[in-house]
Amino acid sequence: MATFNNTDLAAFKDVWVYCEQRQGKLMPTDFELISEGRKLADELGVKLCGLLLGDDVDGMAKELGGYGADKIYVCDSPLMKNYTTDAYAKVICDAVTNLKPEVLLFGATNIGRDLGPRCAARLHTGLCADCTHLDVDVANYVEFLRGASTLDVDNMKWDTEDRNLKMTRPAFGGHLMATIICPRFRPAMATVRPGVLKKNAFDKAKADACEIVKLSVSLSEADIHTTVEEVVKAAKKMVDLIGAEFIVSVGRGIAKDVEGGIKLAEALAEELGGVVGGSRVTIDSGWLSADHQVGQTGKTVRPKVYIALGISGAIQHKAGMQDSECIIVVNKNKDAPLFEIADYGIVGDLFKVAPLLTEAIRAAKAAK
Amino acid sequence: MKIIVCVKQVPDTSGKVAVNPDGTLNRASMQTIINPDDMNAVEAALKMKDETGCRVIVVTMGPPPAMGMLRELMAMGADDGVLVSAREFGGSDTYATSQILAAALKKIGIEKDDIVMCGRQAIDGDTAQVGPQIAEKLGLPQVTYVGEMKKTGGTITCKRILEDGYMTISVKTPCLLTCIKELNAPRYMTVRGIFECGQKPLETYTYETLKDDPLIDLATIGLKGSPTNIFKSFTPPAKGAGMMLEGDDKDTCNKLASMLIEKHII
Amino acid sequence: MVAFKLTQEQEMAKKMFQQFAENEIKPLVTEMDESETFDFGLLKKMHHYGLMGVPYPTEYGGSGGDVLTYTLCMEEVSKIDPSVGITISVHTSLCCSCIYEHGREEQKQKYLRPLIDGSQSGCFGLTEPNAGTDAGGVLTTAVKDGDEYVLNGQKVFITNSGFADTFVLFAMTDKSLGTKGMSAFIVDKGTPGLEISKNIPRMGIRASQNCEIAMMDVRIPADRLIGKEGMGYKIAMGALAGGRIGIGAQAVGIAQGAIDETVKYVKERKQFGKAIAKFQNTQFKLAELQTKVDAARLMVWRAAVAKDNGEAYAPMAAMCKLFASDVANEVTRTAVQLFGGYGYTREYPVEKLMRDAKITEIYEGTSEAMKMIVGGTMLR
Repeated sequence: MATFNNTDLAAFKDVWVYCEQRQGKLMPTDFELISEGRKLADELGVKLCGLLLGDDVDGMAKELGGYGADKIYVCDSPLMKNYTTDAYAKVICDAVTNLKPEVLLFGATNIGRDLGPRCAARLHTGLCADCTHLDVDVANYVEFLRGASTLDVDNMKWDTEDRNLKMTRPAFGGHLMATIICPRFRPAMATVRPGVLKKNAFDKAKADACEIVKLSVSLSEADIHTTVEEVVKAAKKMVDLIGAEFIVSVGRGIAKDVEGGIKLAEALAEELGGVVGGSRVTIDSGWLSADHQVGQTGKTVRPKVYIALGISGAIQHKAGMQDSECIIVVNKNKDAPLFEIADYGIVGDLFKVAPLLTEAIRAAKAAK
Repeated sequence: MKIIVCVKQVPDTSGKVAVNPDGTLNRASMQTIINPDDMNAVEAALKMKDETGCRVIVVTMGPPPAMGMLRELMAMGADDGVLVSAREFGGSDTYATSQILAAALKKIGIEKDDIVMCGRQAIDGDTAQVGPQIAEKLGLPQVTYVGEMKKTGGTITCKRILEDGYMTISVKTPCLLTCIKELNAPRYMTVRGIFECGQKPLETYTYETLKDDPLIDLATIGLKGSPTNIFKSFTPPAKGAGMMLEGDDKDTCNKLASMLIEKHII
Repeated sequence: MVAFKLTQEQEMAKKMFQQFAENEIKPLVTEMDESETFDFGLLKKMHHYGLMGVPYPTEYGGSGGDVLTYTLCMEEVSKIDPSVGITISVHTSLCCSCIYEHGREEQKQKYLRPLIDGSQSGCFGLTEPNAGTDAGGVLTTAVKDGDEYVLNGQKVFITNSGFADTFVLFAMTDKSLGTKGMSAFIVDKGTPGLEISKNIPRMGIRASQNCEIAMMDVRIPADRLIGKEGMGYKIAMGALAGGRIGIGAQAVGIAQGAIDETVKYVKERKQFGKAIAKFQNTQFKLAELQTKVDAARLMVWRAAVAKDNGEAYAPMAAMCKLFASDVANEVTRTAVQLFGGYGYTREYPVEKLMRDAKITEIYEGTSEAMKMIVGGTMLR
């Protein structure tokens, strides 16, 4: 039987957050993770530490303190100018082995999801992917379940002494939720879905108080087996309807000002990072090209959010969008059949509502 | 040169998903499919086979019915299949799964010119962990999220897709790549392939086959050897009836936007 | 088939046909129907994946499948587009079978191989303006002139002739012998004197390329004769007997496709405050239709298995076509009725399936001709 050096749970302390930076810029997820890590560290009664890797990155460390980190470990090396799995995994695993954190969080970005599993496999510990909710404290977890599940939490037995990190994530495309624990090994590791956890307000005093600790890095070129030829920043290309997460569709309701109506839909779609679709009449009338059509003769779509502007909801339109996760309907006629399948309905003139909604979403996102 | 592709049979979560009263998935009521990203990995391997004539081996861990899936991949053009299946392997999390698959890959043998390919992630768990963990267990360099690839001699140049752009990465064989759907459009089985795939070699690796590998330790495989456990599984509350928002347009929009943010819908 | 279960290969093939039809054919259906054109990119893919050589052995480049698998192909493809179904059927069970069953080895190597290994397409020319069910009334003549035959005459309703590389054509080598004076020939596309008209405007299966052929002093080498002089009628009837299994499968596909669409629709469509699926009329109608389709499918499979086993299958093939084509027409008509006004629009696929269904009662032998065959066998 194998023996492991990470089963003495008491030897592991502190909550760590891997703070991802790309080309010298911290990722927004870092602030979310630090904020969430603060909560977990408080529940555990331990310190919250950030782990920042790169080439000449210590200048960024203080900012992380402003969101709640007590300490930032900085690992600098010219060999970590660009992200490589080999270099970053080695430096992280070395630090974890030496300093023994009990929790290690990564953002579930394309890089976090490359790095996390590689480190977990090397450290022989559990990793829970793409979490949307984290708890240590059992009472908090029960409260969370009360709202987020159909479980009868009051008639279940709970061990209030349990100090495991409870990592909750969607499975099977969100049809099921699972809470995962890593009871026997440390650190408990998770990658956390970006944009889900709340970010604390920046606190300058905390930033100033944050301790910066440079760790020595043992890394040579021989450790790195891939070569980064170039790193290119590119705007996400416009996705087509199928595969789009957000769709703003227009219908007959835009007839009085077709161009204006489409512009408003485009602005809303752009704010959401989505695309514009249309009901059959918008295609037949030549207002939009055929590849925009949603419905029986067009495309069947299943986005996260489908916003229908001025679409009454004939059966052949519904057939193409009824499985969308969240349906928002804006229509002047309160009896429009599409309201029947709406998650949110607004009775109103799309020409007034659409720009207001775009503005409201922009403001709400900024305030997040 | 050969390419080993790791594939997984998964329940089709794109349609209606049935959940048992106890919160577990009603697998019996669901169709199984070959994990979509894995199909892109298979296609990438078969394309390379078209160009170089290399051998393509498909490997899966799962219950015996998963053999049907391997046959389908052979009908598309894969040369060999390996089913890794044993009671001892059941209930494995991603860590334990990668230990077992790594042992199976060692048994097949990974040589200097070889490539291991995986899909980015499986739609049942969406973890994207098994690929990198196999690479770690085998000591292979990895490139994940591969959206384009080109092989020149022993070097593979990959376009690794990021949220805000991409990286061009070159790596020498042997290595492990995880593939995304942008990489290619998977082919179908051919009718001839279907009628000939029955003659192609399909092996089963059991616990007995692999047990001498140090990776196959009962402390690190199966349900008991998995570092992670399921603490609770549950279903989200049913979607309630729709909410009609009335009143001043501006107030309504602000209210809607804050609800969407609060519920993580946007 | 064993114990009413498809074999693993047949199940896999069915799945592959389904995926192909859903992803490759479905997006093209409306455009091909409205423009009355066949998509040649699609044809190329059909060849590539082996849909054009299902029941032929691999030694000639075929897929090595059986007749039952071929019926699965016809059903799955015709569920989505019967025009594509008939394109496969004429190529496979009419053109190729004449060469496979009666051709000499050199003819098989030269003509059958490219037809089934994915490079070329074929058609079958028997029907003439004045010779339909009465196929013995063929007026096209083939006159031997040295080591050549010279063909003159006219053919009509020749599916695939718009793009075929290889034509199997029937002509009288000795008019005085009646049907025993008919012979079968292989003619290459582009042979001087071979003229192909435009696609004939039709009610249904509009994407298939069904044209008229005119032969004016078409000279072909004598070795293009299939079998012997005088065997043509027998060759044609044999091919048609097998072809009817495919048409039966096509009719089953049309019917099942219409039912599948209807089932989806009646669950979505609400009238009088509930989905129309909740009405007993809808439930009973669908139950009746599905029962008939299942019966038709079993008849198709029985004929296919009989052919695979080398048994006398001609009456079974005639019966399955007679029944399945009747069922396809009833099912599609009822499907349009269950859809109501929307069913009559071209936005939903059932009106097209209804138009497409009619031909299954006519081509490769009318329903009346099927009754002649079945009755004739019974009263022999």
